This record gives sequence, C-alpha cells and structure tokens, in this order.
Amino acid sequence: MINWFKYSSPKMFYPLAGKLIPWFAAAAAILAIIGMYVGFFMAPTDAQQGEGYRIIFLHVPVSWMSMFIYLVMAFWAAVGLAFNNRLAAMMASALAPTGAMFTFLSLWTGALWGKPMWGTWWVWDARLTSELILLFLYIGFMALQSAVDEPRRADKAGAVLALVGVVNIPIIYFSVQWWNTLHQGASVSLTQAPSMAMIMLVGMLLMALASWMYTVAIALMRVRCIILEREQHAGWLDELKEVKQ
Amino acid sequence: MRRKSDVLTPLFFFVIVVSLFPLGIGSERDTLRQIAPGILWVAALLATMLSLDRLFEQDYADGTLEQMALSPAPLGMLVLGKVVAYWLLTGFPLTLLAPLLALQFDLPASSLLVLAASLALGTPVLSFIGAIGASLTLGLRGGSVLIALLVLPLYVPVLIFGAGSVDAAAAGLGATANLSLLGAVLVLTGFFAPLATTVALRIALE
Repeated sequence: MINWFKYSSPKMFYPLAGKLIPWFAAAAAILAIIGMYVGFFMAPTDAQQGEGYRIIFLHVPVSWMSMFIYLVMAFWAAVGLAFNNRLAAMMASALAPTGAMFTFLSLWTGALWGKPMWGTWWVWDARLTSELILLFLYIGFMALQSAVDEPRRADKAGAVLALVGVVNIPIIYFSVQWWNTLHQGASVSLTQAPSMAMIMLVGMLLMALASWMYTVAIALMRVRCIILEREQHAGWLDELKEVKQ
Repeated sequence: MRRKSDVLTPLFFFVIVVSLFPLGIGSERDTLRQIAPGILWVAALLATMLSLDRLFEQDYADGTLEQMALSPAPLGMLVLGKVVAYWLLTGFPLTLLAPLLALQFDLPASSLLVLAASLALGTPVLSFIGAIGASLTLGLRGGSVLIALLVLPLYVPVLIFGAGSVDAAAAGLGATANLSLLGAVLVLTGFFAPLATTVALRIALE
C-alpha cells in the first residue's frame, strides 16, 4: 500500500505535483477542444434562444466550478487547521484565485448572455446575487491572507474565514432566494430552462470536466510557487534541478 | 470601547447617514416611506461596523487578552461577555434611536415597533459576526477596512430578514416569519460565533 501521508510534506509533494501538472493540463486541453467542438458544431441551434445560447457551454461549467472550488478550498483549509498541516493550507490559498476567477467569469458570461436573452445585463435574481456574494467571500479570503505578514497566521486566519463562509453559504443562499421571491414575482430563472437536448448536456459536462482539470493543473502550479516561496530556507530546495541552474 | 467617543461616534454616524438619503434622493414621502427600512438597516450595518476594530484592540495591545486566554474561565464565555457588552454600547442605543429616525421617513406607527424588534434581534447577530472579523484582523495593518470586506458579505441574511420584516409589516403581511428567521440566526450565531472568535483569537495570540 502506498503511504499517502508521505505526500503531505511540501518536500515530497513538490516533485509529485510537477509530474502531475502536464497530465492534468493535457486532459484540460483535450477535453476543452472536444467540448468546444460539441458546443459549437454538434449542438443544434436552440429554438428559442438562437445561437446566443451557446455561451452556456462556458457559463454553466464555470458557475459549477466557482461553487465547487469554494467547497474544496474550505475542505483543505479545514484539514490544514485540524492537522496543523502546512501543505493543505497552501492548497487552500492556491485555489482561491482560480475560484475567484471562475466566479467572475460566471458573472461576466451571465451578463453577456442576459443582455440578448433578458434584455438586461443584470437582474437581482437570487442566483446572480448569491454568486456575487460568493465573489465577495473569495475576495475577502484573499485580502485577509495578503494582509497577514506571517504565513502560518495567514493560513489559519484564512482557514477560519473560509469555514465561517462555508457555514454561511446555505444561509446566504436561502435568504437571497426568499428575499427575491418575497419582493417580486417569478422572473426568468435558470432552473426553468427548457429541457435540454442530450448533446448539449454532453458538451456542458465535457467543458465542466475541462474546467476541473484546468483547476487542478493551475492549483498545483500555484502551490508549487507557494512552496518555493515559503520554503526558501529549506535545504532540499537547493538540490532541485530547476533551482541549481 | 472605554472612551465616550467610541460609543457616540457610531450613533451620530448612523443619524447623519440616515439623514443624507433624503437629501440625495429627494423628499417625496411615498418614496421615502418605501425605502426607509432598507436605509435604516444598511446604515445600522455600517454604524455597528465602525467601532468593530476596537473590540479586542486595546486588550490585545496591553496584554489583557493574553491573560484572558490563560485564565481558567473558558475563553468562549469571556468572548460572549465582551460581545454582549459591545452590543449594549453599539447595537442597543441604535435600536432605541432607529424608530425616532423612522418617523422622519413617515413610517406608520405599526412598522416602528417591528423595526425596533428586528433591530433588537438583528444587531446582536451583527456584533457576533463582527467579533469574528475583529479577531481575525487583530493587530493587522489596515484592519478596520479589512473587517468591512470580511464581514459585510456575511451580514447579508441579517439585512434581508431585518429590512424584510419591516417591509412585510408595512405591506400588511405580518412580520412574524422574518422575525422568527432573525431569531433563528441569532441563536445559531450566538452559539457558533464565540467558538470561531475563540479560535481566531488564539491564532492571533500565537
């Protein structure tokens, strides 16, 4: 049996991450190419929305990833806090910028889709609002970590914030939903989208997998950078090929 | 929070911010009546946040906090006491003052009571969540601005239920549902927030 805990130290994890990155990056590229081919050429034009609907092949996967990454980030933050593990905390900080980027992309592509479909860039719909608040949570997490000089304290403070945020997300989500339904009648909602053709679903799933692989690759790259930055004084760094040169 | 100005400044801030809105929006009574709950609640959020960075700062600077962490009494209970004291100095006066300001916005008398009740239930939640933000940013540069960034997104449910209760009362729907939700949020944060604050304080003291 492989001893998985071996890789919980930055020294062991650094070369492993280096070996894994090309695989995940290649998977992301291939899946994205197939997904985009399905999205652009194989999926039929939507009867109601015309060609403009094709932005959902980007919009839906990035929205899924924006929420999923927050959960993963909170998971690593919790592991880092509970086991006092540096690598897990580094993983959490490595995920945050990607999560914020996906959240922003989700809002941006949503606005691009909303203008032709709903006739407006933005509505105070429950989903849009909670996605916006998710972006604020990501920004708060990154702002707190960058404000703390001492890395270990930054890790732990960020972990507490991420966990408080994760507890709050359902409450925020439901409050926003009730606020919306209390105030105005049913506006256009993504949940009421016409039942989807199989090929569209396949395209969307492919793109979601591509974003997932991309996230893993980019998070591993970023965690390698964080390791290099934090472990500057560690002896094992000097023996690395890329450092020797 | 040991100086008079720490208590009075947020209160006057609240009064000034609330009186700025009619100047910016115009003095039409119908409009004002409609937006009054939202304005009063948003102003309350900002006012209670103003002095948050002072919640633990002095104790941290003079070492009292360390003594509290070392004392045999559980730190969570001490934090609870501090938050309650903080609320009595910031949230409570605000709750008493808000109905008076609501009169300026021509809110009906029935809504005034609901407004006071919603603030009485909601401002303690703000203090509890604010304590988490205050403990996380303890001793950091630019801590007070950072607190706003951390804490305001978490205030969203309180704002929605609080302003919603006054809106519902004005619309004749009854405010019980919103007030019950606020009460539930208060119970939840009252239990969990001191725990999170304790963890954050221990991290800051390390």
